[in-house]
Amino acid sequence: MAILVDKNTRVMTQGFTGAQGTFHASQGIAYGSTYVGGVTPGKGGTMHPTLNLPVFNTVAECKEATGANASVIYVPAAFAADSILEAIDAEMPLIICITEGIPVLDMVKVKRALDGSSSLLIGPNCPGVITPDACKIGIMPGHIHRRGSVGIVSRSGTLTYEAVAQTTAAGLGQSSCVGIGGDPVKGMDFIDVLELFLADDETKSIIMIGEIGGQSEIQAAEFLKSENFGPGKPNKPVVGFIAGATAPPGRRMGHAGAVISGGKDTAAAKMAAMAEAGIHIADTPASLGSTMVKALAK
Amino acid sequence: MNIHEYQAKELLRRYGVAVLEGHVAWNADEAEAAAKKLPGPIYVVKSQIHAGGRGAGRFTNDPNGKGGVRLAKSPEEAKAAAAAMIGSTLVTKQTGPEGKVVSRVYVEAGCDIARELYLSLLVDRDSSRVLIMASTEGGMEIEEVAEHHPEKILKVAIDPASGISGFHGRKLAFGLGLEGKQVSSFVKFVDAMYKAFLELDCAIVEINPLVVTKGGDVVALDAKVSFDDSALFRHKDLEALRDDSEMDPKELDATNNDLNYVALDGEIGCMVNGAGLAMATMDIIKLYGSSPANFLDVGGTADSARVTQAFRIITSDVNVKAILVNIFGGIAKCDMIATGIVEASKNLSLKVPLVVRLEGTNVELGKKILAESGLAIIAADNLADAAQKAVAAVKSEHASGMTKGA
Repeated sequence: MAILVDKNTRVMTQGFTGAQGTFHASQGIAYGSTYVGGVTPGKGGTMHPTLNLPVFNTVAECKEATGANASVIYVPAAFAADSILEAIDAEMPLIICITEGIPVLDMVKVKRALDGSSSLLIGPNCPGVITPDACKIGIMPGHIHRRGSVGIVSRSGTLTYEAVAQTTAAGLGQSSCVGIGGDPVKGMDFIDVLELFLADDETKSIIMIGEIGGQSEIQAAEFLKSENFGPGKPNKPVVGFIAGATAPPGRRMGHAGAVISGGKDTAAAKMAAMAEAGIHIADTPASLGSTMVKALAK
Repeated sequence: MNIHEYQAKELLRRYGVAVLEGHVAWNADEAEAAAKKLPGPIYVVKSQIHAGGRGAGRFTNDPNGKGGVRLAKSPEEAKAAAAAMIGSTLVTKQTGPEGKVVSRVYVEAGCDIARELYLSLLVDRDSSRVLIMASTEGGMEIEEVAEHHPEKILKVAIDPASGISGFHGRKLAFGLGLEGKQVSSFVKFVDAMYKAFLELDCAIVEINPLVVTKGGDVVALDAKVSFDDSALFRHKDLEALRDDSEMDPKELDATNNDLNYVALDGEIGCMVNGAGLAMATMDIIKLYGSSPANFLDVGGTADSARVTQAFRIITSDVNVKAILVNIFGGIAKCDMIATGIVEASKNLSLKVPLVVRLEGTNVELGKKILAESGLAIIAADNLADAAQKAVAAVKSEHASGMTKGA
C-alpha cells in the first residue's frame, strides 16, 4: 500500500532539461521509478538530451501525452509559483515542489488556488516523497531507504534522512517518507500526511520531525491524541523530535510573529504537547531509530 | 531584511499611509535644520536603530539620562537631543546588553494624541493569508497584551483572491471603538497598508503606536517594516535601504556569500546542510556538554567555493576550538563538499581539530577525496559519533591549553 506514490505513479518533471531536473530525474529512474517526460517551455517537441524522454511546452500537454499523475518541480524560485499554478490548472493529482526560496506572498496565492482543486501539493522547499523500492520523487538519496513499516513525515529534509538511515539500520524500514518542507505557507501539513499514514495498512508506526516556529506540530499532536490513540483507534506508535531546542530567540524587529504563536512555538512547548498526546519523544536526533525500537517493544 | 523607521515611513507614504512630516539627520546641525523645516512648536527626535523599545532604552554613556526618543520644544533643543544620541550606544529590551550605536536620528513633527492603538500586518502560517491585527492597547508590549488579554487583539485574514474590502477595515475600526471621521480615516489607512504590504513583499509591518489625533486623523507614529528576503530579487531598489552596520560582521559576510549563518557564543563551529539538521546538530552538541559557535546551513546547492567561504567565516571566530562538519547529502553532493573541505583546509591552514561526518549522495566518492587528501581529519560514522568526537576534541584542546599554561 504505502501512501501518495507507488509503482503506478507516472512522474513528470517541470524544469526538466535544467541541471537539477536532469540529475534528479536520472536518479529517480535509476531507483526504478516510472518517469515519463517533462516540461521546459520553448523546448516542446524535442527529446531530453540524456534521458531519452519527451519534452513538452506545457504541463497539460505532457499530462495528456504521457499519462503523468505526479509532477515534480525544479524551477528557480522566481518562477516556481507559476509552475505550481500551471500544474494545478492541469489538474495534476500530486505536485511536489522542491524549489527553495519562493516568495511567501506567491505561496499565499498558490495556497488559495489549491482550495477546491483536484491537486495535492507537497512542499515547497522540501526533499520530496518516496515509497522505497517503488517510487522516488525528489532529492533524497535513494540507497539509504528500505521498504518497511515506518511512515516518516518531516519539516526538515536532512533530518528526514537521519530518520530513514536509523530505521533502516534498526531493520524496520519505511512505508513512505514525506518531506513537507520548512516554508511558512506550504501544501500538505503534518495532519494531512498523518491522516494517510493512519489509514495505511503497511504503516505500522510513525516518526514525525518538526522544528521551532509555527503551530502545526501542536495541532498534529492534538490530532493524533483524538484520532490515533485510544480504544478502537489505530494506536500506531509515534516517535517525535523537534529541532531547535538550543536556537536563540530570533532577533526580530517587531513582535507580531510571537503574538500569533502565543509563545507555543518553542521546541520545549512542542515536545511537551507531543508527549502529552502520547508521542514518544526522541531526546536527540541520533536516537530516532532506537526510540522507535523501544516504543514498538512496549 | 529590516529597515529604519524613517525609511519605512518614506515608503509607506508613497502608498498613501498617513505619516507625520519628518527628516533624517546624520549630525546635530542637520537635526536643527530639519526641525526648522517643520511647523513646530513640538519636535520629536528619534534614534534610528533596528530595534524596538527605543523610548524606554538608555544610552551607555548616560545610563540615568533620557531615552532614545526625546521631545524638543525648539530647533535648538532638537539639536541638543541629536547631539546626545548620535555616536552613542543605545540599549533597549530588543538590542541585547551590547546595544546599538545610533548613527542618525529622525526629526519629526509632534502631534495631538487622542488615542494610541496598535496595528500590524503579517503572513499567518495557520490561515496561509495576510493577517491584519489591531488592538486598543497601543504603545504597549503587544506580546504582553496577547498573553494577558488575547481578547483585546482583533484579527482579520484577507483572502488573496478577492483582496481587501471596505468591511475588513470597518470591522477592525468598530472593534477598536472608533467613531465618525475616525472610522473612514482608519479604513483608508488599512487599505493603504495592505497595498504597500503586497507590492513591497513585506514579511511584517508593525505600527505601534498608531495614533488617533484630536482632529480625528489616523497616523502612524512609529513604523517597523521588514521584507521577505526571498522576494528581494524583484525589488532591487530596496537593496539601497539595507544598513550593513546593523548586522553582525560575520553574518553580513555570510549573507554576501549566500550562506545562512547565525553567530552564537559557543566553541564548536558547525557546517551543516539543511536548517533542521543544523539546528539538531546544535542541540546534540549541547546535549554532549559543549556549545555551538554558530548555526550554518551551507544549503542544498553548495559547491566547493561556498564550502571554502563557510570555513573562512567559521574560523574567523576566535572562540572556535573545533569544527564539526555534518553533511547528509541529498541535493548536496558529498564529493563537492569533500573537495571544498580539502581546498579550504589547504588555503586557510586550519589550526583546530576538524570532525567530518559525510552521508548520503556520492558519500563513497566524498570519503575517498578526504582520505586521499592526507589531511588530519577526524572521521565520524553518524551524528552522535560526530558530536561526541567534536566535544572530546574541544575538551582535549582545553586540557592541552592548561598543560601549556602550567
